[in-house]
Amino acid sequence: MLGIRRRTFAGGVYPPEEKSHTEKKPIEEMPPPTTVVIPLQQHIGAPSEPIVKQGDQVRIGDRLSEPQGFVSVPVHASVSGTVQKIAPLPHPLGDQMLAIVIENDGQDTVTDAIKPDENYLALTPDEMRQKIKEAGIAGMGGATFPTHVKLSPPESKPIDILILNGAECEPYLTADHRLMLEYSQDIFNGLKIFQKILNVKKTYIAIEKNKPDAIRKMEEIAQGDKEVEVIGLKVKYPQGAEKQLIKAITGREVPTGGLPMDVGCLVQNVGTAKAVFDALRWGKPLYQRVITVSGPGIQKPKNLLVRIGTPFKDVIAFCGGYTETANKLVMGGPMMGLSQYTDEVPVIKGTSGIVVLDGKTSPTVEPSPCIGCGRCILTCPMGLVPTTIAQYVEAKNYEMAKKWNALDCIECGACTFVCPAKRPLLQSIRLGKYKIQTLNKKAG
Amino acid sequence: MDKLWRVSSSPHILDRDSVPKIMRAVVLALLPALGGALYFFGIRALWVTLVAVVTAVVTEYLIEKLLNKPVTIKDWSAVVTGMLLAYNLPPEVPLWIPIIGSVFAIAIVKQAFGGLGFNPVNPALAARALLLASWPIHVTVFNTPPRGGTLSGIDIITSATPLNVMKQSLQVLKNVDAYSIDKVNKASEAIIQLHASYGNLFWGKVGGCIGETSAFLLLLGAAFLLYRHIIGWHIPLSYIATVAVLTWIFGGSNGLFSGDPTFHVLAGGLILGAFFMATDMVTSPLTPKACIWFGIGCGVITTVIRLIGGYPEGVSYSILLMNLVTPLLNRLRPKAFGERK
Repeated sequence: MLGIRRRTFAGGVYPPEEKSHTEKKPIEEMPPPTTVVIPLQQHIGAPSEPIVKQGDQVRIGDRLSEPQGFVSVPVHASVSGTVQKIAPLPHPLGDQMLAIVIENDGQDTVTDAIKPDENYLALTPDEMRQKIKEAGIAGMGGATFPTHVKLSPPESKPIDILILNGAECEPYLTADHRLMLEYSQDIFNGLKIFQKILNVKKTYIAIEKNKPDAIRKMEEIAQGDKEVEVIGLKVKYPQGAEKQLIKAITGREVPTGGLPMDVGCLVQNVGTAKAVFDALRWGKPLYQRVITVSGPGIQKPKNLLVRIGTPFKDVIAFCGGYTETANKLVMGGPMMGLSQYTDEVPVIKGTSGIVVLDGKTSPTVEPSPCIGCGRCILTCPMGLVPTTIAQYVEAKNYEMAKKWNALDCIECGACTFVCPAKRPLLQSIRLGKYKIQTLNKKAG
Repeated sequence: MDKLWRVSSSPHILDRDSVPKIMRAVVLALLPALGGALYFFGIRALWVTLVAVVTAVVTEYLIEKLLNKPVTIKDWSAVVTGMLLAYNLPPEVPLWIPIIGSVFAIAIVKQAFGGLGFNPVNPALAARALLLASWPIHVTVFNTPPRGGTLSGIDIITSATPLNVMKQSLQVLKNVDAYSIDKVNKASEAIIQLHASYGNLFWGKVGGCIGETSAFLLLLGAAFLLYRHIIGWHIPLSYIATVAVLTWIFGGSNGLFSGDPTFHVLAGGLILGAFFMATDMVTSPLTPKACIWFGIGCGVITTVIRLIGGYPEGVSYSILLMNLVTPLLNRLRPKAFGERK
């Protein structure tokens, strides 16, 4: 390929990586819990509707719900047992949502709907998409956009570059790292499925350079395949953000308000690739995933293969429990993750990790006035002026916040991380985005 | 019992740098120049600086106590203001001058507008402007020659600072007919010597304000601030480059392109101003691009004052004036990622 490709993007920050706690620890399978809580919505789009009722017997892999429309996916039983109740319960993405609670009978009986298929590559792209939807797969990097939808670009937007995202730029998280080391062939096979569905040849596997063993491993697997190139990226947050990743690898800039397909690119997480392979080759719906459990608030940090729906508290008990100083429970990494008010919430399809922090790593801070240092601007990967947008939002001037591209914010948190005055910039910008969108809806 | 979790918006981890750490780093970066002042001008330089700093800190404390506001003296910003004010005063200035200056800087320029982050102009520079307008003699008379040198850094004229000598000599040379042959000879000799006095200017063996004379010691501190990412290169570089280019073109007595840019960069308060005062975070623009315009503006005004204005030096006024343009420059919205303009 001609031309010099940049291996990173403009802006970004360098938080402590904190990966050493778990990066050398092989994925351990956690025994299924006594009950699982399976929310009916674990993806972006319409919630699915339950098709089981209280008292029903279910087996692993049984479909529990019916997706509502195209942008929706079903959920599946991750243990065998009895449906205890269907009720609104705390959801890790906030608030309460309808969830199916299954009491585990300890038998781990698998549904007979799970059928391996050796000739899965002979399926047509449409059949593949249908199977991916039926397996309930939604982006596993955390954004949880239904994968079959992402794999259905309109004809007007042809895809010519596929990127497999193994950047894993969030501190503490090593789940994707371990996946690439331990399931490299599965991930590669998943990549081949993506290529087939999209009719794309050129594919990059993008990995931050702090995972040299994963880079080597994926290179070995991809050897001899001229279409697939493994790329080592600069270690910088948010290197794994879709638009920044595309920019770093291809030099293409997704237009503001646009999608990767507007520049002919499609990004899939490595975990999603494995899930897609499992679904097509083994007929397995998405009922378990790999997560990292780490942070100074965890006794024994681990990489775990857990059943979807396992309550956080069971996962943490399996990791030796909390340390005494634990005071913040986060789903996902510490930069973009969501802090939880209870550990009753379950692991969902988009849970890349559980990070428990303490008062030292996540201190309570008192914001002081902006001193105009401009660091938020230098670090913003979207080229925005966070402090100005935040000030407009604080002054309730949403019109100006919008003019200063508030809606382009990807909520990576780099501005807030770097602010020496400890201002909650992202919190203000997020509020601004919400206000702009609700005002837009009212006006429309 | 359930554990009580702390819940907040992401990100959940923060960089360790903070406003007090930044201010302390600036103080540290200013210390080499203070050491130089002690060596060249004696202990008096230290007294002036201490008086300015203590007054600034005490004023901030008293005002915040009086107004029932949280006391912010621990953020070190008042210390920086006091130091910068002292650095802009001659070593032999009477001690009530830095007291008045610091009180004005903190009480009027900083606290009256709401404290750190809200002051429209650099407090130290505004105080200097007040002192210069009110007691011009006290703040512009230089009597202490540096140890092992002369006030002007040259031998032929020993009673004025380099910029003064340059300004007066050029005036003579541009109107040769109006002066005696003796004066003309002396002026051209002075210019020649000034051209050869870069070493004195660089190391600080010239007269001037407490903290402005040694380019070397100031650059040492500036390098530290650049390394720590506390200042960017945009303002100092564009500022100094503008002064260099303009004084080279217009600064000579033999028509265009006969000026001496090296002299103009090293003499006076340009290094101090460009690295430590124009870069003041609160009063300089936010984006790199706006910072470059800001630096160019400072450079143009400095040169205009030095070459055709009434004062030999224009650094403080140029930065003050550009401080007022900062809100305007902050309205330049940079191109966002993926935005086509």
